[in-house]
Amino acid sequence: MYAQLVETGAKHVQSKDEMSPEEREFQEKIDAETKIEPKNWMPEGYRKTLIRQISQHAHSEVVGMLPEGNWLTRAPTLKRKLQLAAKIQDEAGHGLYLYSAMETLGADRDEEIEKLHQGKAKYSSIFNYPTLNWADMGAVGWLVDGAAIINQVVLQRTSYGPYSRAMVRICKEESFHQRQGYQILLDMMREGTDEQKAMVQDAINRLWWPTLMMFGPTDDESPNSQQSMAWKIKRKSNDELRQMFIDQTVPQLELLGCTAPDPELKWNEETGHYDFGEIDWQEFYEVLKGNGPCNRERIKTRKDAIDGGAWVREAAAAYAQKQRAQAA
Amino acid sequence: MTQTQALQEYLLRLADSDMILGQRLCELCGKAPALEEEMALMNTALDLIGQARNWYEYAAELIDDGRDPDKLVFRRDAHDYRNLLLTEQPNEDFAVTMGRQFFFDVWHYFTLNSLTRSSDERIAGIASKALKEATYHLRRSSEWIKRLGDGTEESHRRMQDAVDILWRFTGELITPDDTDHAMAEAGISPDPEPLAQDWRGMVNEVLTQATLAPGAEDAWMYMGGKHGEHTEHLGFILAEMQFLQRAYPDATTW
Ligand SMILES: [Fe+2]
Ligand SMILES: [Fe+2]
Repeated sequence: MYAQLVETGAKHVQSKDEMSPEEREFQEKIDAETKIEPKNWMPEGYRKTLIRQISQHAHSEVVGMLPEGNWLTRAPTLKRKLQLAAKIQDEAGHGLYLYSAMETLGADRDEEIEKLHQGKAKYSSIFNYPTLNWADMGAVGWLVDGAAIINQVVLQRTSYGPYSRAMVRICKEESFHQRQGYQILLDMMREGTDEQKAMVQDAINRLWWPTLMMFGPTDDESPNSQQSMAWKIKRKSNDELRQMFIDQTVPQLELLGCTAPDPELKWNEETGHYDFGEIDWQEFYEVLKGNGPCNRERIKTRKDAIDGGAWVREAAAAYAQKQRAQAA
Repeated sequence: MTQTQALQEYLLRLADSDMILGQRLCELCGKAPALEEEMALMNTALDLIGQARNWYEYAAELIDDGRDPDKLVFRRDAHDYRNLLLTEQPNEDFAVTMGRQFFFDVWHYFTLNSLTRSSDERIAGIASKALKEATYHLRRSSEWIKRLGDGTEESHRRMQDAVDILWRFTGELITPDDTDHAMAEAGISPDPEPLAQDWRGMVNEVLTQATLAPGAEDAWMYMGGKHGEHTEHLGFILAEMQFLQRAYPDATTW
């Protein structure tokens, strides 16, 4: 979801008979729920898939700072400004932490970031949508961090040790972000003016469908999903996760006294789940391809920050070298 | 000016300087030269705005006209702001950002250090908590001044430019006015003369280590901030920062 479409390189999932002895031993460890650690042997496909998934996840944390940074300078009270700054700082920390987990697989942070800036690496489509009013800071925390948690709680059991441990730590903070976001909306709905209430509904109207898209396309038959599941990098299907999210979120939506922009959303007694309308997958793929409302701006901001800061990093490196030379 | 009025003025200077510098740092969100710096800048912003809130709370109690800290931050116009001019200067590049931080941090560190011994216990209490944070800020910005000053040719040039651009706003940090004198005489705030010496001493020491030249000691200084006469930048900072409270004046909860 922060990693929506991860290429595994698999044409089909290998059966045990097709595997080499090493591969079979590896798969048996996975099946026995033994965590894979950096020093363990692993198939090249597993390693590459994880690098792709963790880097997408890390990029999402970092790019995700931008739509919130958009309101940081305009936060309406001291309390909200401090909360938002702390949240954004947490997200930067998640990015750092995930890049470190990724580096245990032999990948290089700077190289992966360069791929992001060249448009070759993905990040969650949600961050290509604009934040247009203050209530978006509540809705992002509630819906976007909420959707992230659904996925990441499951990822705590992912097969790769460092990724799994990163998730445990990150999940705690994401839950806090979600509650805080919801509280922003609740306060505005309960004590706000009509204009503030309209902001809340407007934020939900705009962010509802893009949030559902965060879980990625239906992964019924695709070899990528099946391979990721077999390796237990992924543990639940995109649709299962999306349904969990909707079932959890609709009662909270009702408590706010707001509605979702989906006339087909209703409780289904028989299935024990909410039914919901068709997601606009064309929009999803367009956003993923770079044609979302803010793709260009997001990448440009990140690229300008890192490229524009090259002289700073060079200076730090040159200074450190001088210091070492003097000490020697 | 009564003693209480002078104290209110003094508290607003501390609060507004923290607040405006914190706001400037918030502008850099997502734009730092490395992810580690992203966290450090945001951390500094959090510390400063948190400290500002403590000063505003005390100021609001003394002013006692029904305004809370949020009203003081989001409903005062530029001429009522009492921040140091240095703090409102724009980010320009990382050298200016760090130069501004360093000049401020040196002043902040020595000021807070002596405020921990203030005759006003409330001030002493706020200052001792803030001092820990300011000590860390100063260590970090001093390191950056040295890295940039003594790094590459480009970083040296940029850092020297930053010192030259900002120098004219540094006099305000160490030039006392009537309020400063009144507060110092009451034992509330630092003695202006040692504060100025400490500031010059540390700034010169770090700049020398960084192979940078300080500005002239007799350079012409701009000093209106403490009396509400600001540079053109503050109006725009406030327009952005106060937007929601100004656009929706009837909203009481956010
Ligand atoms: Fe996060
Ligand atoms: Fe989060």
